Amino acid sequence: MEIEDMLKISPYSLDKESKQKILSERLNYLEKFHYEHCKEFRAVKDNLTPSPDFIPVRLFKEFDLKSVPDNEIIKLMTSSGTTGQSVSRIFLDRSTALNQQKVMSKIVADFTGASRMPMIILDCPAVLKKRELLTARGAGILGFSIFGTKKIYAFDDDMNLKLDDLKEFINEFGEHKILLFGFTFMIWQYFYKTLKNLNTRLNLNNAVLIHGGGWKKLASESVSADEFKKSLNEICGLVNIHDYYGMIEQTGSIFMQCEHGNLHASIFSDIKTRRPNDFSECNFNERGIIQVISALPVSYPGHSLLTEDEGEILGEDDCPCGRLGKYFKVHGRLKGAELRGCSDTYERR
Amino acid sequence: MDNLKKYNQAFIDTFRISEDQLQNLQYQSIEAWDSVGHMSLIAALEDAFDIMFETDDIIDFSSYQKGKELIAKYDVQL
Repeated sequence: MEIEDMLKISPYSLDKESKQKILSERLNYLEKFHYEHCKEFRAVKDNLTPSPDFIPVRLFKEFDLKSVPDNEIIKLMTSSGTTGQSVSRIFLDRSTALNQQKVMSKIVADFTGASRMPMIILDCPAVLKKRELLTARGAGILGFSIFGTKKIYAFDDDMNLKLDDLKEFINEFGEHKILLFGFTFMIWQYFYKTLKNLNTRLNLNNAVLIHGGGWKKLASESVSADEFKKSLNEICGLVNIHDYYGMIEQTGSIFMQCEHGNLHASIFSDIKTRRPNDFSECNFNERGIIQVISALPVSYPGHSLLTEDEGEILGEDDCPCGRLGKYFKVHGRLKGAELRGCSDTYERR
Repeated sequence: MDNLKKYNQAFIDTFRISEDQLQNLQYQSIEAWDSVGHMSLIAALEDAFDIMFETDDIIDFSSYQKGKELIAKYDVQL
């Protein structure tokens, strides 16, 4: 099935069996396509016994992995990374880029509704300035911008909170549902902490916050997901908060967190966990290395990746929120893995 | 200004191009019409006609010609 046809299906409406039929057909196609068109991908598959059904996500840092000719590449995206860190390089052709945007908006609409909203971007405009090269942070902002009508950036380029502008914006649009989007650590560090220091409250109880980018830096400050939610609720009345799990290597098919706190695979993605000693598959409720699977990547071989994150699958088709598919929790980075989350790599100048 | 003129002007101002480039213009066919430029174009058209596109139409807006088709859904006659 082509992505175009999958888009006609509601993203969390298929049970295990029906999803498997569609997704495995698509994955078989992608596996064969990349094997034939990307020699580095082929080398990994050929040289390992047994041949793994994934490649390590790190390969995108070491090689330029492409499965289409150079003249079809329209965009290069990179993971975030501080100076000196290696970054992933992801090459997109037109149709892969388009499918990423389509799928993402389908997934997000399941949580926010399809209508567009006034939007507060909890970041600074400088992120999008280098247009020929999109970072993970820029790609996230751009992807979610499609849901915004009137937009405002919450920070200036030095990450100072533009409090007066924000208040004015909330005054003007407060009766509508407002969409807030940003990266977890930056929201905590520059939004929450600033408001707290200024002893200021904002009225955002009608808003929905979507955030992603990882927890490692917050974990090192001993801020839990519960505390994050509770603190934001106290300072601006936010109740509707969704984390998401995603990575630049699988842009589009993100894993959104439901109102019960679980991350969900849609019909465009799947998730497995593997034991570190022999890479065999874990059972549900057993911690392991996360493998992410996406129906989207055609221009690069990113459809099945072993991440550097640890997590556990909690169940399938029976989350109390009613969405079908696997649901899971992420426990953080594996020990020894590089620090690399969108917001985690931000260092104040 | 008539509607076609307004429609053209949104492209010309957003992408800094000339009128004779419009007919065959496609998303990603010029540097300025990338994903960042796309959102600016949408904002310019929404302001010019006081309309609000649906997300699906923003995604489907793949060329100058396709946009003409889509904008008709919002009661804008070009």
